[in-house]
Amino acid sequence: MPTKVEKDSVTGTETTGHEWDGIKELNTPLPKWWLYIFYASIIWSVIYCIFMPSVPYITGYFGGIWDYSQRATVEEQLAAAHQRQSVFLDRMAGLSPEQVAEDPELLTFALAGGAAAFADNCAPCHALGGAGNPGGYPVLADDDWLWGGTMDDIMVTIRHGIRSDLDTNTRLATMPNFGSDGLLSREQVAAVADYVLSLSGHGDAGAETLAEGAEIFAAQCVSCHGADGTGLHEFGAPNLTDAIWLYGGERSEVIAQVNHPRLGVMPAWEERANGQGLDDTTIRMLTVYVHSLGGGE
Amino acid sequence: MNTTQAHPEVVQSEDVLSRQEQRSQPLYTGRVKVYPKAVSGRVRRVKWAVLGLCLALYYLLPWVRWDRGPNLPDQAVLLDLPNRRFYLFWIEIWPQEIYYLTALLIIASFTLFMATSIGGRVWCGFTCPQTVWTDLFMKVEHWIEGDRNARMRLDAQPMSGSKLTRKLAKHAVWLLISLLTGGAWIMYFVDAPHLVTGFVTGGLDPVTYFFIFLFTGTTYMLAGMAREQVCTYMCPWPRFQAALLDEDSLVVTYRQWRGEPRGKHKKGQSWEGRGDCIDCKQCVSVCPTGIDIRDGIQLECIGCGLCIDACDGVMAKVDRPLGLIAFDSERNQRLNAAGLPPVSRRSRLVRPRTIIYAFLITGITLALLTALTLRSQLDVNVLHDRNPLFVTLSDGSIRNGYTIHVLNMGQEERQMTLTVDGLPGAEITVVGAEQDDAVSARLNVTSDAVLTYRVFVSVPADVLDENATDIAFVFDDPDAGLVSSHDSVFRGP
Ligand code: SF4
Ligand code: SF4
Repeated sequence: MPTKVEKDSVTGTETTGHEWDGIKELNTPLPKWWLYIFYASIIWSVIYCIFMPSVPYITGYFGGIWDYSQRATVEEQLAAAHQRQSVFLDRMAGLSPEQVAEDPELLTFALAGGAAAFADNCAPCHALGGAGNPGGYPVLADDDWLWGGTMDDIMVTIRHGIRSDLDTNTRLATMPNFGSDGLLSREQVAAVADYVLSLSGHGDAGAETLAEGAEIFAAQCVSCHGADGTGLHEFGAPNLTDAIWLYGGERSEVIAQVNHPRLGVMPAWEERANGQGLDDTTIRMLTVYVHSLGGGE
Repeated sequence: MNTTQAHPEVVQSEDVLSRQEQRSQPLYTGRVKVYPKAVSGRVRRVKWAVLGLCLALYYLLPWVRWDRGPNLPDQAVLLDLPNRRFYLFWIEIWPQEIYYLTALLIIASFTLFMATSIGGRVWCGFTCPQTVWTDLFMKVEHWIEGDRNARMRLDAQPMSGSKLTRKLAKHAVWLLISLLTGGAWIMYFVDAPHLVTGFVTGGLDPVTYFFIFLFTGTTYMLAGMAREQVCTYMCPWPRFQAALLDEDSLVVTYRQWRGEPRGKHKKGQSWEGRGDCIDCKQCVSVCPTGIDIRDGIQLECIGCGLCIDACDGVMAKVDRPLGLIAFDSERNQRLNAAGLPPVSRRSRLVRPRTIIYAFLITGITLALLTALTLRSQLDVNVLHDRNPLFVTLSDGSIRNGYTIHVLNMGQEERQMTLTVDGLPGAEITVVGAEQDDAVSARLNVTSDAVLTYRVFVSVPADVLDENATDIAFVFDDPDAGLVSSHDSVFRGP
């Protein structure tokens, strides 16, 4: 601090006493408005510290008089959202999926809830909108069902899964490894594949091969796929006469499937590990949603 | 107070500094408070009339009722934001039609441009809310604290009981007007009677209170405190009006060729060899922005014309022709100074600029009216499913899914038939709709609502020869004699 306060002769403002090349720095006071806002901010911050969470302790913190917490707010909002949903959830309790679908309000709610649950749980395999994925993840929007497409069938499938080791009631059926276990010779496998293709008018095998294939089919396949090859929902046996092929409709793909079948697995959603299973209402909403995708029977 | 030697009984000279004079002082001086003097005259009368009209319109419009039938608001002008509808008398505007409002704004801007190119800052001087409410607030101030000199004296006085009473009364009345103003603004967004009862009983939601008090505050600040500073510093309009004015626009003009050389004038003195301006500064003292119009056209001048009234009063008293300050054009000043007659009214009004504006205004207005009369009460939006794009059915046919939103803006329910065009052999399924056959569906579209339909269309695979076929959904409303077609696409493998 300069001992003697010097005033600038032109402006009459005090100088700081600093001088560079003959130029002296003026000690212009801060604008009043700025100063007042500054003081007001200090007062504000003290008030804020008293009311709002502010001072950190070693473990925990001072929560302020209001003990405000964003996390608690979110929890309240979630609880409120559940509260609003519970109107519909309560109404849905004890109703079958068909009954839900008959009530337009519940239907709208179930479709929205089902779509959300589908996106969270099912879409990784079945793709959004049930578009399916190649390699054994069936399209849910078409009119072909392995285990049945009624509301009840769909609900059982979702609830207990397919070949799921989580649930003893799971949908279970298997197809022998006709080729790799030596039940049929290479030629026999090829003949039966040709016959299967011919059921939907495909393939160009001769009458002799087809006759041989038909014979093997009648002996080995009809118990599950039916005498006419249209399949059986109880065994998850696909219809072999339609245009839809889960593992591909090329001759080589059909041969591969007869030789050493790939058997799809779907979790039992009710029983998923660590008690993470879906609750009953969600399963019913999912059922209504999947049924609505375009193929429900 | 500086009283003239001349005409002491009639004209009192004002001791005021105009803005121009203040400018010769250093930069960054504080605001010098303007104490405009009350004035009467022709312009003032017009201004009162316009003010009354504008305020009546603003305060009363929300109270006009308009019956729209049950379940719809009966307020004639209502911007219903929560429900996303704008109501203007018989017109109901949906969010996707917001461009009608754009057209309205464009028409308003061009009208403003045209008015400016003809009459200068008529908007600022007569109809701008800032001017209207400032005028109203000044009237209140004049009524409670007296005219210019009384107010200046009052402000110079130390605080006393009577000063405090006057000041409190003034601010109380200002705040009351502000509250009414802020409240009326909200009435354009919330049903007016409901707002008033809600406000009185305290039953409004906090957001509504916030906005009422926000606009109360801004009215009080802008019309009571900031006043001419809004026009000079905050408003962009004075900055670009220069581009809209030309030498034929009417602006408040001091007729220099007549007024100069100015000087004090004693009664009975000859007017030979001198101008008509007696330098009494009445024009400066009445100016709400505190400028001297005799310095020429200025950014601060809002074109209110009060200086015209003031000077006309003076000219009448000293027995000189009126109109030393008048609405006149720059070209006329040049012609007059050269001793030539001013341009005719007609050639002043009709010039390329005004013709172009008039043309644009008429064009856009016609376009808007046509669009409004022809607008369809039905809007259809077709969304093709992306997941899955298409589905192969077990019989080999291909099916596509669509979500169709049908928006019925009318007040009647419609019975419509939906069919698909462009795909031979296509079958259609509408979830939840009645169907007489496989190629059409009957839809009941309820009034004033958006309905969503899930629609499936399927065709045998051999019909498709490309992976995307253009199709159209056809809505047929035999009652209204209306057929509308909406394009979409059908995808296949
Ligand atoms: S222009 Fe008119 S009002 Fe203004 S000083 Fe001159 S005489 Fe007075
Ligand atoms: S100069 Fe005249 S017209 Fe302009 S603002 Fe002042 S009083 Fe109004």
